[in-house]
Amino acid sequence: MNTHGELATYNFAYLDEQTKRMIRRAILKAIAIPGYQVPFASREMPMPYGWGTGGVQVTAAVIGPDDTLKVIDQGADDTTNAVSIRAFFQKVTNVAVTTSTRQATIIQTRHRIPEEQLGENQILVYQVPIPEPLRFLEPRETETRKMHALEEYGLMHVKLYEDIARNGHIATTYAYPVKVEGRYVMDPSPTPKFDNPKMHMSQALQLFGAGREKRIYAIPPYTEVVSLDFEDHPFEVQTFKDPCALCAATGVYLDEVILDDKGSRMFVCSDTDHCENRRNEGHHGHLSGQALEAQQ
Amino acid sequence: MYVAVKGGETAINNAHRLLADRRRGDRSVPAMHLEQIVEQLGLAVDRIMSEGSLYDCELAALAFKQARGDMIEAIFLLRAYRTTLPRFGYSNPVDTNRMHIERRISATYKDLPGGQLLGPTFDYTHRLLDPALMGSQDVETPVTKQAAEQSTPRVSQLLTQEGLIESDGDLPDDHQTGDLTREPMEFPMARDVRLQALSRGDEGFLLALGYSTQRGFGRSHPFVGEIRIGEVDVEIDIPELGFAINLGRIRVTECQMVTQFQGSAKSPPQFTRGYGLVFGQSERKAMAMSLVDRSLRARELGEDLTAPAQDEEFVISHADNVQATGFVEHLKLPHYVDFQAELDLVRRMRSEFEAAQERDGNAGEDLEAAE
Repeated sequence: MNTHGELATYNFAYLDEQTKRMIRRAILKAIAIPGYQVPFASREMPMPYGWGTGGVQVTAAVIGPDDTLKVIDQGADDTTNAVSIRAFFQKVTNVAVTTSTRQATIIQTRHRIPEEQLGENQILVYQVPIPEPLRFLEPRETETRKMHALEEYGLMHVKLYEDIARNGHIATTYAYPVKVEGRYVMDPSPTPKFDNPKMHMSQALQLFGAGREKRIYAIPPYTEVVSLDFEDHPFEVQTFKDPCALCAATGVYLDEVILDDKGSRMFVCSDTDHCENRRNEGHHGHLSGQALEAQQ
Repeated sequence: MYVAVKGGETAINNAHRLLADRRRGDRSVPAMHLEQIVEQLGLAVDRIMSEGSLYDCELAALAFKQARGDMIEAIFLLRAYRTTLPRFGYSNPVDTNRMHIERRISATYKDLPGGQLLGPTFDYTHRLLDPALMGSQDVETPVTKQAAEQSTPRVSQLLTQEGLIESDGDLPDDHQTGDLTREPMEFPMARDVRLQALSRGDEGFLLALGYSTQRGFGRSHPFVGEIRIGEVDVEIDIPELGFAINLGRIRVTECQMVTQFQGSAKSPPQFTRGYGLVFGQSERKAMAMSLVDRSLRARELGEDLTAPAQDEEFVISHADNVQATGFVEHLKLPHYVDFQAELDLVRRMRSEFEAAQERDGNAGEDLEAAE
């Protein structure tokens, strides 16, 4: 039997430098061909596949000691998996972390794009479960790669058309497919379609990592991103009847929170940082602390 | 009141603390030593090393203990450690002809050069619970034979002499062995990479697939040509030295499945082979692997592709239990943003549906009134 004094000392950002170089090459290729899925030799990470290993590897490959990291899941900094990933990077990089969208240089996200407009000095890293937008129409990788190569996207349009024929509207609400720079059809990761317009001409670099499926893709800054639609059925985002119950914001994505077992519910900002900022600026929704106190 | 989850960090820390407590269990019971796991739960250690793709009994035992006996969790722990290790180089192929054999059986020949050797097997035990094992009883020292010094030829080599079985096959001299853990997977796969994927694939998944071929989903008429378990030397070429040096010995299980083959436009009638090689003593896995390997060669041999076990993309994409468990279990992560979007859609479609029903209902009543 061996004696293992100390198990391992981990490199900055966990991955060894060769692995980081491999991932950076994949990222550069992805930036050069916007929307194209670049295969990369994804590593086993110390969190499970499907829990953000792709995003974590991308972040680990681009993060430097001077970066400020923000991690969100469902728009919130305080969801358990976001907490766990943020703690991981604090441990292996010791970089500054923040919940402020404005202060972050790298934002790793699952399922949302922050409400606040991102700038040129920022990178948005998406965690992607299934990178292939055509996967549910064609399960075989060998086939879908061919379809992308030949720009054969008829199947996708047929699917959207069938939705309209059956329901009168397109029944895809999240992971809504987009076309990038007029060439590749791309999966925006399972963000609600509400967020799709934010990807278009974004000033920030957008990187997508799918660890289990071993793919990286990217949208460089100022790239055209168009949600697929038809002339007579243009793309529409979700709208909410009421403003945020805490900060009274409108035109943002809201989470539905069930308040009791009698069916009362409230709608609040999914982007917690945005909501907090607005409340600090003096905006109050009808269920915020101040509003309730005023009622009493 | 705003009830959404806050305090995720505290919750996680407390959960970890509780996990550590449950792992330890009753403090009045002595804690397990890694040596006990390595010595007394050796087959669990072997499976963890095999599917974790890292040959280190002590680390595998640590992973097993840390995972509270959850195999896939232990395999995952070992993989996550393995991936951080620097890669010094690639060993030469191990020579299983020169294996220090502890068990070796063939189902195709009654006797053969090198003989049949049962070794430490459950095969002919009666599965009756043994109350003696509830205590710590002394165990007799085993009877062993002096290991044969010369190499033991594989059954496949005996058949080759007659030309009735396909040969080992050749790869071009400049062939670089693929490395699943360093290159992205691509389909169709070369057989070396495919075998790597099978060797670290989930035992249960491969067992079920192998079983399905026996039950007619891609039938391949298999015979166990040979199973051998024992230790082999691992050697590595050091360019500066100009010769190979021995790194040590590892225990492996090798299985060669011999299958009947009617011949096709591409190949003459002959016996074909399926191959299984895994770390440690893991006969079930090696056998299942060799069945699936053979079945995945259907395209190469020009057979009809009719069964799941013949479908390389299906089998290899889903054989890795660390990937599978991660993605299945990620469903317990919050999905409320997407669910919100779906809720909105279903509500909308529901109200359209009800409006339509109401319209149709009214139309029906009007019709009745008219009659």
